[in-house]
Amino acid sequence: MSTTLAFLGDFGEAIKFIFQERESVSGGVQIGGIPELAGFGATHMIVSIAALAIAAALAIPLALWLGHIGRGDFVATATSNVGRAVPSLALLAFFISFVGLGYTNVIAVLVLLAIPPLITNTYVGVRQVDRDTVDAARGQGMTDLEIVRKIELPLALPSIFGGLRISAVNVVATATIAPLANVQTLGEPIITPQTYGFVGQLGAAIVVAVITLAVDFAFARLQRAVTPEGLKLEEPARRRWFSLPTRRRLESR
Amino acid sequence: MGDSSDRSTAEPLEFREVTKRYPGAAQAAVDGLSLQVPAGEICVLVGPSGCGKTTAMRMVNRMIEITSGDILLGDRSVRDRKPADLRREIGYVIQHVGLFPHWTIGENIATVPRLQGWDKRRIDTRVDELLELIGLPAETRSRFPSQLSGGQRQRVGVARALACDPPVMLMDEPFGAIDPINRERLQNEFLRLQAELRKTIVFVTHDIDEAIKMGDRIAILQEGGKLAQYAPPAELLMYPASRFVEDFVGSDRALKRLALQRVRDIDLWKAAAIRVGTPIAEAQAMIADADVSYAMLVDEAGRPKGWLSDRALAGERVTDDLRSPAHPIVDLDDVLRDALADLLSSETRYGAVVDERGALAGILSLEVIQQFLHAAPAASATGADLLRE
Repeated sequence: MSTTLAFLGDFGEAIKFIFQERESVSGGVQIGGIPELAGFGATHMIVSIAALAIAAALAIPLALWLGHIGRGDFVATATSNVGRAVPSLALLAFFISFVGLGYTNVIAVLVLLAIPPLITNTYVGVRQVDRDTVDAARGQGMTDLEIVRKIELPLALPSIFGGLRISAVNVVATATIAPLANVQTLGEPIITPQTYGFVGQLGAAIVVAVITLAVDFAFARLQRAVTPEGLKLEEPARRRWFSLPTRRRLESR
Repeated sequence: MGDSSDRSTAEPLEFREVTKRYPGAAQAAVDGLSLQVPAGEICVLVGPSGCGKTTAMRMVNRMIEITSGDILLGDRSVRDRKPADLRREIGYVIQHVGLFPHWTIGENIATVPRLQGWDKRRIDTRVDELLELIGLPAETRSRFPSQLSGGQRQRVGVARALACDPPVMLMDEPFGAIDPINRERLQNEFLRLQAELRKTIVFVTHDIDEAIKMGDRIAILQEGGKLAQYAPPAELLMYPASRFVEDFVGSDRALKRLALQRVRDIDLWKAAAIRVGTPIAEAQAMIADADVSYAMLVDEAGRPKGWLSDRALAGERVTDDLRSPAHPIVDLDDVLRDALADLLSSETRYGAVVDERGALAGILSLEVIQQFLHAAPAASATGADLLRE
């Protein structure tokens, strides 16, 4: 392996770091290799999944309701702007003074990171449902809850999963700052070069990048899978990787 | 279909001083609207945009809340009902149909039965029945709305509204988004359906021609939601209650009235129907007795052959010498407007009207049509009305 990867220089070394244990830069401890990275990876995924799940449980119902009553333009834009403006790193430091170090802190930060795209996409997804369709549903005698559950939610699902996809990618990438709050995710080698060295940083970054791409791909597939059959039919095949149902498509109905 | 038409129901609908006022608006959207729709009739609400016709319709199923006044469905006030329950009992069809794009046609049609908790067998039977009623093949039920044409979707919209056999239907410009040729077809189809179902229908349109065609009664609304006139189409055309109605109905309302009548509805002229070989004295007597001074030659079955010439009547007996052919020939069941068109485009001033067997039933002329247009169709007509004509 060492010979085949030698020509890649640091990059090759980084890949080797992923698969083989070695002594730390400062000496004395073994670092790298599958078992250690798998441990970091597990923590990374637990933190990410927990954050995404909590964010979804909070944001999606709220945004569904706001979209249903049509009174959330302000909330939808404000949350996404605030979300973009406040850096997660600053939040992490901010939360240390309230909840201290540890999982609660990290998950809280990641939840806040994940919420804005979910609110925006869910809200937009509901608002883009043809108003005539909703009017017809109400006119047939559906209650508000039935309209949300049977009509608006299924039709907004592609957009909601678009939001989940953005949030999941953000969360997985950002979970690398967790070691600053003492939670050892795949960010550990990135944040502590004095132990892992440049090769360790690069190796962990490669792993995070691969996981992020995999998550993105998986959610793209999921998004496709949850798109109702009747909507796929009116959508030209070449649009399949676009995450949001576009206004044009909804109007052409 | 026999099964469901047997239990088909309809209830009368009554608007009592219904007013809708939006907060902050200077003018009421609907202002003291009172009208009664007898069970099984189509009441068309028509008027320029902003006249409150859609608002008036949407208050029936409480899609819009009534500010004051009341709407009675049967003998119950809609204000005493829970909106969702009320709406499940009222068919609802809108211009852009609003089919649920993620549901199959079958699921769309079954919307209200499913909300009402019908069992699956009963729903399936009903969906099949309705697909047949609207003339779509049974396999349509597993397709999606995006796979159907506009006209088919509109039919499905009607089927969805009919699913639970509602006593009342609301239709908001249901054919407005359809091209003219298909619109006419859908209108005719719907009238046939209505002849069978006899629902009480509130039908909104901005198109006076559609109103005249579809309505048993027409309510013309004017700006500010005021009722300008409520009358059957013929009466509306004959006696517009105001300048506004007159303008809205259009300057060709005489022609529109002709479109509402069939040839058999009017008093035709009597013609002398004479066979070859009739003694001349007898023929002369028949001509003297007729409304037209020309005589029509008919065959053994009484079918018109042509107008007799003077020469044919000069001898002892009538010969078959013709001055002109019997053209145009008009059916008793023809619409008067079409008959008029035939008459205008032919060389003779008289049209031979024939019955189902093809035998001469009378003569149609421009004068006959004029007389009809000037005659009073309703007892309520006053001299002033006639003078204004």
